[in-house]
Amino acid sequence: MDRFRMIFQYFQSSSESVMNGICGLLALASVKMYTSFDFSCPCLPQYNMAYGLGIMFVPPIILFLCGLILNRQSLVMLEEWRRPQGRRKKDLAVIRYMCSSIMQRAMVAPVVWIIVTLLDGKCLICAFSGSMDPEKFVGFANVSTVQVQQLLAKVPCKDDELMRNNTSSKAVARYLRCWSQALGWSILLILIIAAFLACWLRPCFNQATLLQARHWSNYIDIEQKIFEETCCEHSRLFAHKCILHFFESMRQEIKLHSCSLPGEGEGAEGEEDLLWGITDQDQVNKLLKKWYYEKPPLDVS
Amino acid sequence: MDKFRMIFQFFQSNQESFMNGICGIMALASTQMYSAFDFNCPCLPHYNLAYGLGILLVPPFILFLLGFVLNNNISMLAEEWKRPQGQRGKDPAVLRYMFCSMAQRAMIAPAVWVAVTLLDGKCITCAFCTSVPVDTLGNASHPHLSQGEIQRVLARIPCKEIYNGQQLIANEVAVRYLRCISQALGWCFVLLMTTLAFLVRSLRPCFSQAAFLKSRYWSHYIDIERKLFDETCAEHARSFAKVCIQQFFEAMSTDLVAARCHLPRKAPADAGEAAEKLLGITDWGTMNMALKSWHRCKPPLHLHPPALPPGNGWAGEGQPPTHPSAPRRETAAYYSWV
Repeated sequence: MDRFRMIFQYFQSSSESVMNGICGLLALASVKMYTSFDFSCPCLPQYNMAYGLGIMFVPPIILFLCGLILNRQSLVMLEEWRRPQGRRKKDLAVIRYMCSSIMQRAMVAPVVWIIVTLLDGKCLICAFSGSMDPEKFVGFANVSTVQVQQLLAKVPCKDDELMRNNTSSKAVARYLRCWSQALGWSILLILIIAAFLACWLRPCFNQATLLQARHWSNYIDIEQKIFEETCCEHSRLFAHKCILHFFESMRQEIKLHSCSLPGEGEGAEGEEDLLWGITDQDQVNKLLKKWYYEKPPLDVS
Repeated sequence: MDKFRMIFQFFQSNQESFMNGICGIMALASTQMYSAFDFNCPCLPHYNLAYGLGILLVPPFILFLLGFVLNNNISMLAEEWKRPQGQRGKDPAVLRYMFCSMAQRAMIAPAVWVAVTLLDGKCITCAFCTSVPVDTLGNASHPHLSQGEIQRVLARIPCKEIYNGQQLIANEVAVRYLRCISQALGWCFVLLMTTLAFLVRSLRPCFSQAAFLKSRYWSHYIDIERKLFDETCAEHARSFAKVCIQQFFEAMSTDLVAARCHLPRKAPADAGEAAEKLLGITDWGTMNMALKSWHRCKPPLHLHPPALPPGNGWAGEGQPPTHPSAPRRETAAYYSWV
């Protein structure tokens, strides 16, 4: 049992840290994905907004779903939620606690993506360059409406021949980037303040309920791990017994067929035991064939 | 068996993480393959589509098959599927579980390839450059070119150095357009795959948890049973070999003693254990003879009962195989060195 105890302690202490680790890895992966993604604004009036906002919001959804999939606890929570009541009551507070902790961890990577996107600014410039008021910028003030839309849509493409030396387009880009970064920093500040307040104010509300919910959610997690470990152990022992029975039945068969000298098996050494009375190429072949063609029944009683 | 038990427990608990590791390595390998691959669009009207779609779809298929090949449970699945029923029934749910879990892991690397290809944009740009809407993006009214000419010009869009249709449609405009579409498709593909994975994983506990636990247990059982059987056979083979070789050396030593007409045995008391282990082979020539005989005339795979002196016929004498009662010590044995 000592071995089991060590394993349980390991799981107990590091279930949270494993999940935090996965959360951190996903956040890093989201930054890496953004930097390696080659942002390419189409610079066309109808497509800019869809592309810009798409890049800003679709990957966070993907990262959120990934955060839910990779988190083992979400399965545990779902099983606990959907199981029949049976002889054990279901505590909704525990399920709520598990759900909220899973959601919090899953939200980290999407938020990181959105903040990095805003701080970088390319998405917002691409999405909203067509919505700028041309009157505010000298270079676009005296241009016809249709053309101004085309020109404004090309602002994100700095290398375009029309935009290369156009100071007004640079002004539009700077303006939008400024707004984008302000928005990014504000969101970051608000989130950090919210997290700070949540940590500090939590003990003031329902601390006892929280402790209970956390305890029982850990318990459910560990119980499931132990159940899986026990099933593994059981299936190993079952297989061991099944194979022993099989070899024993082969030995009986050989004894019956070979009518060997009576005193033979009495002084059997360890080697004799390990040989199971199978001492011949044909007997070995027969054993292997029987193993394939007629596996023993799953019954070790 | 204790050592084996520890090994099996290690494999069992880590089987899943081992397979996940292989899965992750293949996904990384697929991105590495893509970045190392030198994409080279032919820039010819009918070849572009074939090349672009080929690069998009053929490597994922290869990666999918490779995912199955590298999964060492595939032979287990095949064996369980094809074995005769015998005394043990077959459960199709278990087979389905095994196949599904293998297929899910094998799908990851191809999905990564397709996603990376679409997000990069070169394949779609190459494949669909001839379908760019020139009316909206360029000057369709400009030089009246025949349809075929236009196709040829548009086909060169991916190859900037030889593109000569700047008047028809600007190269950057067309590339940006196609790349935007490709990236949108890529993100939608990734979103779709992730949503599917999420649904598959989260709907299972709602509907078939009991059946799932059963299938998982029995598929692990089949795996463990196979490993244990292999280990038991290996142990048996080891013991078999040990006894076989022991009998070989004993036979040799018996024959040597008979041939030299020495006193049957030196008193074991003064020789000690080491002399016994030498089995009468005490010089260079005799050892060489033993080795040659082992090579030229291996003993049959038939172990004699330990109480009886073996006559394993290694010298090719043509004697009848077993004499259950009389030891042969007095007989002069003929054995050939050939």
